[in-house]
Amino acid sequence: MDIFLQQLINGLVLGSVYALVALGYTMVYGILELINFAHGEITMIGAMVALAVIGALTLAAPGAPGVLLLGAGLAVAIPVCVALGLVIERVAYRPLRHAPRLAPLITAIGVSIVLQNVAMMIWGKQYIPFPGILPQGRHEILGATVSDVQVAILVLAVIIMLMLILVVQKTRLGRAMRATAQSRQVASLMGVDVNRVIAATFAIGSALAAVAGVMVSAYYGLAHYYMGFLLGLKAFSAAVLGGIGNLGGAMLGGLLLGLIESFGAGYIGDLTGGFLGSNYQDVFAFFVLIAVLVFRPSGLLGARGAERA
Amino acid sequence: MTGRRLAWMMVAAGLVAGCGDKTAQTGGKQAVLIGQASPLTGPQAHLGKDNENGVRLALDEINAAGLTLGGKKVVLELKSEDDAADPKTATTVAQKLVDEGVAGVVGHLNSGATIPASKIYSDNGIPQISPSATAVAYTSAGYKTAFRVMTNDAQQGSVLGAYAVKTLGARKIAIIDDRTAYGQGLADEVEKAVKAAGGEVVAREYTTDRSTDFMAILTSIKGKAPDLVFFGGMDPQGAPMIKQMHQLGMTAKFLGGDGVQTPAFIALAGPDAEGALASNPGLPLDAMPGGSAFKAKFEAKYGKIQNYSPYAYDAVHVLVDAMKRADSSDPAIYLAELPKTDYQGVTGRIRFDAKGDLAGGAVTLYQVKNGHWQTLETVRSGK
Amino acid sequence: MTKRPPRWLAFSVLALGLAALPFLVDLGMGRSWVRLLDLALLYVILALGLNIVVGYAGLLDLGYVAFYALGAYVYAWLASPQFGLHLPFWAVLPLGAMLAALFGVLLGTPTLRLRGDYLAIVTLGFGEIIRIFMNNLNAPVNITNGPQGINLIDPVRLGAFNLSEPHRLFGLTFTGIHLTYYLFLLFTLLVIFVSMRLEDSRIGRAWVAIREDEIAAAATGINTRNLKLLAFAMGATFGGLAGGLFASFQGFISPESFNLMESIMILCMIVLGGMGHIPGVIFGAVVLTLLPEALRYTGDWQRDLFGHVYIDPADLRMLLFGVALVAVMLYRPAGLLPSTRRRREFADAQG
Repeated sequence: MDIFLQQLINGLVLGSVYALVALGYTMVYGILELINFAHGEITMIGAMVALAVIGALTLAAPGAPGVLLLGAGLAVAIPVCVALGLVIERVAYRPLRHAPRLAPLITAIGVSIVLQNVAMMIWGKQYIPFPGILPQGRHEILGATVSDVQVAILVLAVIIMLMLILVVQKTRLGRAMRATAQSRQVASLMGVDVNRVIAATFAIGSALAAVAGVMVSAYYGLAHYYMGFLLGLKAFSAAVLGGIGNLGGAMLGGLLLGLIESFGAGYIGDLTGGFLGSNYQDVFAFFVLIAVLVFRPSGLLGARGAERA
Repeated sequence: MTGRRLAWMMVAAGLVAGCGDKTAQTGGKQAVLIGQASPLTGPQAHLGKDNENGVRLALDEINAAGLTLGGKKVVLELKSEDDAADPKTATTVAQKLVDEGVAGVVGHLNSGATIPASKIYSDNGIPQISPSATAVAYTSAGYKTAFRVMTNDAQQGSVLGAYAVKTLGARKIAIIDDRTAYGQGLADEVEKAVKAAGGEVVAREYTTDRSTDFMAILTSIKGKAPDLVFFGGMDPQGAPMIKQMHQLGMTAKFLGGDGVQTPAFIALAGPDAEGALASNPGLPLDAMPGGSAFKAKFEAKYGKIQNYSPYAYDAVHVLVDAMKRADSSDPAIYLAELPKTDYQGVTGRIRFDAKGDLAGGAVTLYQVKNGHWQTLETVRSGK
Repeated sequence: MTKRPPRWLAFSVLALGLAALPFLVDLGMGRSWVRLLDLALLYVILALGLNIVVGYAGLLDLGYVAFYALGAYVYAWLASPQFGLHLPFWAVLPLGAMLAALFGVLLGTPTLRLRGDYLAIVTLGFGEIIRIFMNNLNAPVNITNGPQGINLIDPVRLGAFNLSEPHRLFGLTFTGIHLTYYLFLLFTLLVIFVSMRLEDSRIGRAWVAIREDEIAAAATGINTRNLKLLAFAMGATFGGLAGGLFASFQGFISPESFNLMESIMILCMIVLGGMGHIPGVIFGAVVLTLLPEALRYTGDWQRDLFGHVYIDPADLRMLLFGVALVAVMLYRPAGLLPSTRRRREFADAQG
């Protein structure tokens, strides 16, 4: 039982990080029908900037409380990522809004390669350790252990998602976003400044990515210029699983993917009588994904029957 | 339509035409090119750069000391290429180095890149010394030009497995590997050696060389209560792994191979690194004549040693040593001298067996104590 | 209308040019460029195969590399010490292509209802699943030799004629990479021919109809299910063929050659060149194979321009590659050599 509970906690923590990144994908997709391949790289930049700030501050003000340092790192990383997201949208995507569908996908891949290599030139090729500034406490719950960082990630992720839902459902901006997602043309006829809405979407998505990037590097204790690629890919899969373009879907998809990976790695051996081991955990995850999509072609919470080709 | 195609191909070819080979003639001295190939971009770029720096340091030193071959002053020049740790790119790069007329190659970093490239070096008779490829298949293909200054998986794995059971007294052992040629090769050999020594492998789990989350596999390993966890893989995975072991309250010992016996492992794992065990082929750098000097010089120039730069450094010296004995930098002539190598390098005494593997390769075990790798003991591999 | 040279003349010049190309390149730029030429041809085959799926039928496939891997592994299984089998290449290549086609149908069947990005993620998953199996099937029974890969794969051999060894013919020395060029060229021409015939056929037009509007296509009596499966199968066949050629050329394969980035690169080739347009796809494949290699010389360029290397060429190479991808798409969103049809569509969309 304690093992089951432990795997549940592992999966939830992993899943909430995926969910935060997946939200960025899904918001952009909902409005532009564009897979923003560079989104994973923005999480990486967020982690790198925050680490640089924390590193500089630890030198300047030794002995400052860790949470304060982390807050300072985030306070710089978020605006940097927001600015970066806006620049990418303006330079690489906006000119292609009427281009053939795959053109912006290729620029997105190009941007992602550029960001990786720029980060490599700025921060170097080696893995960067996350300084041990955060509380390292562990708690026992029913035989499973939870660390302070894990609790913090879960709580923060829930707060951020609730805030996002509030913004989208209750504010003018949110209403404009939903209108633009439904139909860009009609929204602009109704007086919505579509360009501003799209920019705001990128800004919010990038801010979420920055937070997720810092979370990942704090949780695993390292950052690297290549870290965004896999995280982005997983988050994108999560967004599709939940039904891309749907905020609730991204959250659900993220959490589910985290749980699938965790339980998959933990139990795949028992499930297959020892025939397959944890080396097939990604196969397991993809099978679930494919099975879901075969039976629900628009993802778990995606709009049914909507023509999104 | 296809006529246009040809025209375009010609244009594309023309674009790159201005880049033919440039063999330098340095002030009356004869230039001898030494090739270096490793991933300089991508996830393993830090290791690739480290190898390149090791080669560069050796070349600079040899040039500063002056080298005369066949009565002529010779200047060694570096040709470094990025193989992106990709087998296909590795063969392209190998052909490029051969074209440029390198006299010998130090590389590649990964087994997956080293093996396909070794065919091209062999076809062209260019000696190749890998500082870090450990797959048995590299030297077992029967190429006369393939050497390594690193123990292979079988050599290191047998030492590690026996050490875990006999010296560390572990009965129940869990093994994790990263499903790369390196990690899987080493872990399989460790598993064999553990069983041969009478230990029990209670869990065999897997991850990837891109993962940072091991909570799921560690949780299921924890359920099997092992005395020791062996990890076949590199430090970017090893460091978060040991952290997560402690986070889950696991008390099993952590043992790794050369991929985790690095300063970066300690930097990344922080206080959690304490007590971790790992091996590295050869003798400890500090105990070697010239070892500390190498370390000081390297770190003054390029920063911390990542992992394999001492081996890359030695590989250059082994090549040049053979050139000196043959009194020629012509691969066709000095290749015959390489198998006779007996060189005292910073990583140990280097001799080759009939296949080009390190003969009687010694393996040294280390443990993290007070934030540093401390030498435990050096073991001769039986193979 | 300007008077055009007769067709036979244009063809003979082209044929002569293609035949002489490896020697010209060898003389002018070195042997590594001949090797790259071989690789470029291989990618032309791959890109044309993917073009059938993505360019003609409009099915976004991010797992194309799986078929490439299957072809390569079939070749390695049947012609290497792995199982001690050494069958001739003319028997192995078709088998690999056929197995790939079978898997193409296997992948196609469950995904018929999926569209756009949902299809993309499922095919991506399929590609990864194949790679993971290749990477792990060394135990309990050793089938693929796992991450260690399969080494010492037989080169292409015709009787006693070994394609990987140098031969002297007509007073010229043909090295292995020269001969490989001609072999690959032969297959490339075959694939181009098949692609051209398909494009002009009922099938090709039906694919375009499905790409533009699947519901309307079905309404006009097109069997969309069979045609989509056929697109997957045809694309996969070319992929499997390329895989077999790759295995024989490299002599060594391991799962790391068949990762997601490879699929993405092939997709970039066809989009960059001009989707659905054969000359464009060929051009895209050649440029994207050669460009990263040409960018290796950025160090020399810097030295020539400034007399000093400011930025490590290895650092600069992929950066410039990324910039090139973005720049081309911004200035030529329909690709470098788009078909007239796409160019017109794009002009409409702009207007």
